[in-house]
Amino acid sequence: MAGDGDIVGTSAQGARGRRGRTVAEASAAAPGPLSGAMLEVQNLRVHFSTDDGLVRAVDGVSFALDRGRTLGIVGESGSGKSVTSLAIMGLHRGGSTTIEGRIWLSGEELVAANPARVRELRGAKMAMIFQDPLSSLHPYYKVGDQIIEAYRIHHPKETKRQARERTIEMLTRVGIPQPAVRIDDYPHQFSGGMRQRVMIAMALVNDPELLIADEPTTALDVTVQAQILDLISDLQGEFGSAVIIITHDLGVVAELADDILVMYAGRPVEYGPAVEVFNRPEHPYTWGLMASMPRMDRELTTRLVPIPGTPPSLIRVPPGCPFHPRCRYAALVGERCRTEVPPLREATTPGHASACHLTAAQKASEWSELSGGNGHGHTREPVPQGEVEA
Amino acid sequence: MFAAVLLLILVSMVIFAIFFLLPKLGGQTNYGLATQYVGRNPTREAVLQMEDQLGLNKPVYLQYWNYLRAIVVGGYYGTGPDRVYCPPPCFGYSFKNQQPVWPQMVSDIPVTLSLAIGAAVLWLIGGVTIGVISALKRGTIIDRLSMTIALFGVSLPIFFTGLIALELFSYKWPIFPNVQFVPFTQNPYLWAKNLILPWLVLAFLYAALYARLTRAGMLETMSEDYIRTARAKGLPERTVIFKHGLRSALTPIITIFGLDIGLLLGGAIITEYTFSLHGLGLFTIEAVQNQDFPEIMGVTMLATFFVIIANLIVDILYAVLDPRVRY
Repeated sequence: MAGDGDIVGTSAQGARGRRGRTVAEASAAAPGPLSGAMLEVQNLRVHFSTDDGLVRAVDGVSFALDRGRTLGIVGESGSGKSVTSLAIMGLHRGGSTTIEGRIWLSGEELVAANPARVRELRGAKMAMIFQDPLSSLHPYYKVGDQIIEAYRIHHPKETKRQARERTIEMLTRVGIPQPAVRIDDYPHQFSGGMRQRVMIAMALVNDPELLIADEPTTALDVTVQAQILDLISDLQGEFGSAVIIITHDLGVVAELADDILVMYAGRPVEYGPAVEVFNRPEHPYTWGLMASMPRMDRELTTRLVPIPGTPPSLIRVPPGCPFHPRCRYAALVGERCRTEVPPLREATTPGHASACHLTAAQKASEWSELSGGNGHGHTREPVPQGEVEA
Repeated sequence: MFAAVLLLILVSMVIFAIFFLLPKLGGQTNYGLATQYVGRNPTREAVLQMEDQLGLNKPVYLQYWNYLRAIVVGGYYGTGPDRVYCPPPCFGYSFKNQQPVWPQMVSDIPVTLSLAIGAAVLWLIGGVTIGVISALKRGTIIDRLSMTIALFGVSLPIFFTGLIALELFSYKWPIFPNVQFVPFTQNPYLWAKNLILPWLVLAFLYAALYARLTRAGMLETMSEDYIRTARAKGLPERTVIFKHGLRSALTPIITIFGLDIGLLLGGAIITEYTFSLHGLGLFTIEAVQNQDFPEIMGVTMLATFFVIIANLIVDILYAVLDPRVRY
C-alpha cells in the first residue's frame, strides 16, 4: 500500500505542504503552533453530553490557515463544520460541552484561554457571518447602531461620531447604496443580499485577521449568491484576512477556496489544495459529493448520483470508517473498513490527505472511472453552484 | 384612535341594551323597570314619575341619545322640589344613594389607582427579574424553586393569600396594623405603608404570571440567531442578555402589562374586598348588592374606558418598541 503510514504533520517536519500547512493528528500536548500559520487548529474535539448520550460533533479536526488565504469546509448537515467554526469563535454552548485540542490564532491559544480574553478577540481579531442575515440581525436596532456597537466595544476610546463615520465607510465598501441614509434603517428595510452585506460590514469593521463565513449564501437568492461571494473575495483581497467558508455547496468553495477540508460525521475525511481535491479527489465521500452535484461541463444525459443512505447519528458513529455503511467501495477493502478507523494521510501528492483504506492505485483508478476516464477530472473554473445534500 | 372611540360607543350601546332592552325582551314592563330605579317601597306615583323621567315610553334610540347626552352635558333627575341637577359627565343618578353616580366613582378612583399602580411596579420588576434569572439558570435549583413558587402564586387565590398576609402581618406581628387608604397627597408615607400588604398580595399573583412569561420569552430569545451575532461581536454577556435578549423578550410582556393594568383599574374587586379598601371594586360589589343599576352602568362604562385607553397606549407603545410595526 503506497504511502501507508505516511501520516502528515505529527511534528514540525510535517510542515511540508504548501505554506507550511500541517495536517491531522497533532499531539494535544504540543507546546505551540507547529506551522507558524496565522490560524492553526490541532486535533479539535467538541463533544456535547445530552440525555441520549455523548454527541461527538467534532472528532479530531486539524488544519492551518494563513492571512489572505481561504479554506473551504465542506460537508453535509451535521458533519460538524459549523460546530468547528463556533468552537474557534468560542461560541459553542457552555456547560454540557467539552472541547479538546488546540486552536492557535496569531500565536495565542484559545481553547484553554480565559473566556474573557476570547471575548476580547471575538469581533476584533476573528469575526463571523451567518447563514440567515435576517435572523442574525437584531430586529429592533438600526443596522448602523448594530455595526457601531461592534466597533465601539473594541475601540472604547473613539467617539460615537468616529464610529459612525467608520460604519458609513464600511457600508460603502460592502456596496450599500446611500450608506449615509441607510445607516439609520432597520434590518427589515433591507433585502436579503443587502442584509448579508450589512453582516459582512459588521464582521469586517474591526479589520479582523480571520473571517468565518458559515453558509453565507444559503439563505439568499441564486442571483445574489454570486454577488456576495464576489464581495467576500474582493474584501479579502483588500483586508488580507484569512477566510474560512463553510458550506455544503461545492460550487461556493470552487469559487473561493484555496484549500478544502471535507468533513463527514465530525471527522476530516479529505484535506488538500482546492485544485488537488477537485481534480483528484481521493475519498469516496468526496466522489459522492462531486457526482451528486449538477455540472455545466457534463452532458445532460449524465444522471446525478446521490450518496445512498443518510448521515450517521453523531451519538452512535459507525465503528471503523464512519462512512463505510454508505460507501460503494467498502467491499474492495473488506473487514478493515468496519474495524479500523482510517487515518488522514497523504497518499500520492504532498499536502493532499484523505482518510480511506483504499490504496492509492485503487483511488486513482476508481476516480478515473467515475470522472469519465480522463483520470484528471475537471478544471476548477467552470464548476457551477449546486447543492450537494445527499 | 378612531377605533377606540368607536369601540367605546359600541360598548355603551351594549351596556345600554343590557339594562334597558334585555329586561323588556324578558317580559319586564316599563313600570317594573322604573320600579328598580326608585328605591324601596315606592309609591305608584313615584314609579310613574320615574318611568317618565327615564323616558321609558320614548323610542329606544331617543332613550339612548338622552343617556349619551347626559354624559356630555349633564341632566336633571326628579321633579318638583326633588329635582336635582346631575352635572357632566353624568353617568346617571343613583336614586338609592340620592347622589349622581360620577362623583362617587371619582372619589373611589384614587384607591384603585394607587393599588393597581403600586402592585404593577412591584410585579413587573419582581416578575421580570425572577423570570430572567430562571431563564439564565435554566434547570438549576434556583430555576426550579422560583418556578414552583410561581406555580403557587398563579394558583393561590387572593382571598387566601390576602387573609394569610393579614393574619400574619396585621394581627400576629402587627407590622401593618390597620390597612386603610390614606391619600398620597395627604401623607405619602402612610399611603405607602398602608398599601404594602395589598400591593404584595396582588403583585404575588401577577409576578408569578410574569415570571413564567419572562422565562419563556427569554429562553426563546436567547436562542435567536441575533444573540449569537451579539456574542460574535465580542459584547460582554451582560450586554448580550439585557440589551439584546431582554429588549426583545420584554416587548410582548409590556403589551400584556398594559392590558392587565387597564383591567385592574376597573376595580381590583377581590383585593379591595379582602383588605376593605373602598375603590372601584368595592363600589362595584356594593352597586350589585344594592341592585343600583345606574351605578353598575356607570362603573361598567368606566372600566371599559380604562381597558380601551390601556389598549390604545399599548398599541402606541408597541410601535415605539418594535420598529417593524412602525413601517
